[in-house]
Amino acid sequence: MPSLLEGNALFRGIYCWLAANEGNSGPGPCGEALRDGLLPVGWEWVAFFAAGLGIVMLLINVFLLLVMLYTYMERRLLGRFQARLGPNRTGPFGLLQPVADAIKLLTKEDLVPAGADRLLFNLAPIAMIVPVLLVLAVLPFGENSFLANINVGILFVVAVTSVNTLAMFMAGWASGNRYAMFGGMRAVAQLVSYEVPVVLSIVGILLYTGSLSMVDIVEAQRIPFILLQPLAFFIFIAGSSAEMNRSPFDLVEAESEIVSGYHTEYSGMKFGLFQLAEFGAVLVTSGVMATLFLKGWEGPVLPSHLWFLIKVFFFAFIMIWVRATLPRLRIDQVMDFAWKFLFPLSLINMFVTAVEVLVWEEPTLVQLWAMVGINLLVAVVGIVAFSFVFKRRGLSPSRVTPPLVVVEGD
Amino acid sequence: MYGLGIAKGFLLTMKVFLRKPVTVKYPEQRLKQHPRFRGEEFVWYEERCTGCASCAKYCPLGIIKIVTHPGDQKPLEGGFYDIDVFDIDIGRCMFCGLCVEACPYDALFMGSGFEEGQYRRDDLIITVDRLRAAEKHPSTWFRPQLEDSGYDPHKDSPASWEKVGRENWPFHLSSRPPGPADSDEGAQE
Amino acid sequence: MPLRTEPITINIGPQHPSTHGVFRLRATFDGEVILDVEPVFGYLHRGSEKLAEERTYTQVITLTDRLDYVSSMINNQAYVLACEKLAGVEAPERGMYLRVIAAELQRIASHLVATGFLINDLGAFATPLMYCFREREKILDLFEMLCGARITVTYMRVGGVFQDAPEDFWPALKTFVKEMPIYLDEYEQLLSENEVLLIRTKGVAILSTETAINGSVSGPVLRSTGYPWDLRKADPYELYDRFDFEIPVGERGDNYDRYKVRISEMRQSIRILEQCMQQIEPGLVKTDVPLLLRPPVGEAYAHVESPKGELGFYVVSDGGVSPYRLKIRAPSFINLTILRELVIGLKLADMIVAFGSIDVNMGEVDR
Ligand code: SF4
Ligand code: SF4
Repeated sequence: MPSLLEGNALFRGIYCWLAANEGNSGPGPCGEALRDGLLPVGWEWVAFFAAGLGIVMLLINVFLLLVMLYTYMERRLLGRFQARLGPNRTGPFGLLQPVADAIKLLTKEDLVPAGADRLLFNLAPIAMIVPVLLVLAVLPFGENSFLANINVGILFVVAVTSVNTLAMFMAGWASGNRYAMFGGMRAVAQLVSYEVPVVLSIVGILLYTGSLSMVDIVEAQRIPFILLQPLAFFIFIAGSSAEMNRSPFDLVEAESEIVSGYHTEYSGMKFGLFQLAEFGAVLVTSGVMATLFLKGWEGPVLPSHLWFLIKVFFFAFIMIWVRATLPRLRIDQVMDFAWKFLFPLSLINMFVTAVEVLVWEEPTLVQLWAMVGINLLVAVVGIVAFSFVFKRRGLSPSRVTPPLVVVEGD
Repeated sequence: MYGLGIAKGFLLTMKVFLRKPVTVKYPEQRLKQHPRFRGEEFVWYEERCTGCASCAKYCPLGIIKIVTHPGDQKPLEGGFYDIDVFDIDIGRCMFCGLCVEACPYDALFMGSGFEEGQYRRDDLIITVDRLRAAEKHPSTWFRPQLEDSGYDPHKDSPASWEKVGRENWPFHLSSRPPGPADSDEGAQE
Repeated sequence: MPLRTEPITINIGPQHPSTHGVFRLRATFDGEVILDVEPVFGYLHRGSEKLAEERTYTQVITLTDRLDYVSSMINNQAYVLACEKLAGVEAPERGMYLRVIAAELQRIASHLVATGFLINDLGAFATPLMYCFREREKILDLFEMLCGARITVTYMRVGGVFQDAPEDFWPALKTFVKEMPIYLDEYEQLLSENEVLLIRTKGVAILSTETAINGSVSGPVLRSTGYPWDLRKADPYELYDRFDFEIPVGERGDNYDRYKVRISEMRQSIRILEQCMQQIEPGLVKTDVPLLLRPPVGEAYAHVESPKGELGFYVVSDGGVSPYRLKIRAPSFINLTILRELVIGLKLADMIVAFGSIDVNMGEVDR
């Protein structure tokens, strides 16, 4: 049996059931009875494939169900933050609201504008949702529960999620709508900028763990990294909410300005896919945050999967709270915030962490707590100092003299 | 320092989050309407109506249609016309209440409901038959004699034409019924 | 090699989430920077002025409700004041007090809508809007007690108000006056110091007093430039000379000042309401003016301080039952004309906010 997937009981079950393999004997669900699988010798790869498919299907469906739950939760909680009830008509407590939404979206007419680039237009929603699902592959969602524990896990996450930029730009460009194009332009500028501080904030963690694998990162957290790397956490949560277009950085689909940004022209299930990807991204990012900063699945008493879910929804709740409170920034302020505020801070964080790791190579618990103290101090001082600089220097002026644009008609 | 103002905002939203929501689940729970609420369906007392068509004349939109013929004596004063048609097209009505204000015989009242949704536009016309048959929950709008009797159309039983009474003091001129009118029978006690 | 660039022209509206009705802005952008805007009006034109010519004086009140539909009471007030001037009648004192109470409540309601939508334009996902509407709802409940309707009130009549307030109105008003400052504090806690709001609004879309006066701008937009012009003080109509209140002014005339002036004005309105409740005495609420009014031949102009600015009604009578001509000086319409000066050179997002901070109501602009 391929060792890579040994950790997963379900996978092993399917695999053993199908494949006739010497290695089947042994503890676990594949006992003696299953020594002769359904498939002849030499066809194990089919079993491998089928087992993988099965578990991927399961994972994606559970994930999508969670996303539905999350959309419901977001709307209900936003309602409560706004002193109203939120959806409560469909099903008990309105729980079936996401189902009703999905049915509505599925039955809607699928419009493609006349001026659109058909191929790109249809491709964009897919390009949007795939990265979100791909991240699930490396996300350890419980003890020994992951699809793949690849040794570049976090790098994979970073790489895959940046495909979103492309999808948004595709959608914006292909719609042939100027609002959508504004959205696409903003998406490229904003998402690419925020990629930098986010990745740099992760580097601090990697310096401690010395590994890029998500599982290793969880296991290396003797103290949750949210304490050990408070600055990194701040940068990560700010940066990733910018990457997910969450308030206060939701310029890409700023409803009051550019209607709905890059997906203005989408209707029906294509629009649904965008929404799904966006809400999915919140869950996935919360998952990554839980893994990186809050010890992933680890926790006392409760089963590990539950712990993971609790942490995910905790971060999701924070994001909903932020969305309910903050107005939106302007595009130049968003860029300033990334390059003049988050970027230097992430460099500072990286530097301080590197020094610490150099000084204490094998830190004891006491030394770790010392690091917590130092890093908290650095975080507070850094943020305060930078906000002063930021405030005094001021942001870019709100009014720029319009350039003399000469357009020759041609 | 940056951030303090934002933190305050976060505290406030959390405070509201923990409070009870102000909205209600509409069909099951309802907010209370004031007795003066100008409701959609009209309340019309044929016993009182003389067919003078003041209401039709004063309606800014001209949506009350009245057809009458000379009839027998009416139970109350001045009634010489029987009503054939008394249609109010509430599809165009703006519930300004000027028709009620104009009615000199206190025969027309605003209603107290607000759930007059119909599937077809024609169904929005309140015909004379519907007006006759309807349960009468008159709004106390512009009818101080009703208001003084403490009638609440949303709670109390339907009011008959005797019960709603006539105003017999120039109510709109003062905050209290002036002296002489007080001694009158006045509003239905 | 310089890149060849081209300005983009976008039609913002007539259907757009933040045009506050049906309003169209033809805007030319260089990237995100606005090169030119051209407002296009008229999508909500209902011909109110013409319609008024074939309605009786009382029936026109229902039309004024629908001009600026978030401040119908004050529209009523301006119109009946003009008619009273024309007909030479005066409302009794209690009637005037009731009108002032209704008008000040309406001013708070309108400013709440303006603030809520301004913050919504800033991109706060409807939260402040919901909070503002929560309080506005209470004002609308008070209106329902007064006159049976919430938005299209038709409350005032030539010569007073149609009827006295019911008994339960006064305790309700008292509670409202007591609670409202608390809620105003809440808004300020949420908004006034919020850094995101500050950097979005401070110093953005600055209006100078000269430009404002040259553009005939009035209301909170003018006051935000630091010029204390309020018709309630400058030309006290009704009973406004009896109340003790201040005219809040801004410093620089930017978006933030416009927001702040509105918040402060709400506090002043509450002060006026308190004084009203102390001063009001029993008495008549309406002089005996027939429903079918026939004012003598002549003309009259009356103006009030509406939440948007100077709202004026010019009524000409030829002695008949309906006005010969009715002209409405709509503050929203006139305030909107300075939008172009405000926003050229700003970013798209700021234009939306500047537009929201002028607080126009398309029902009034297009009439
Ligand atoms: S309420 Fe107004 S619009 Fe409706 S019928 Fe009466 S007068 Fe006409
Ligand atoms: S004004 Fe009154 S009495 Fe005259 S027709 Fe209308 S309802 Fe009847």
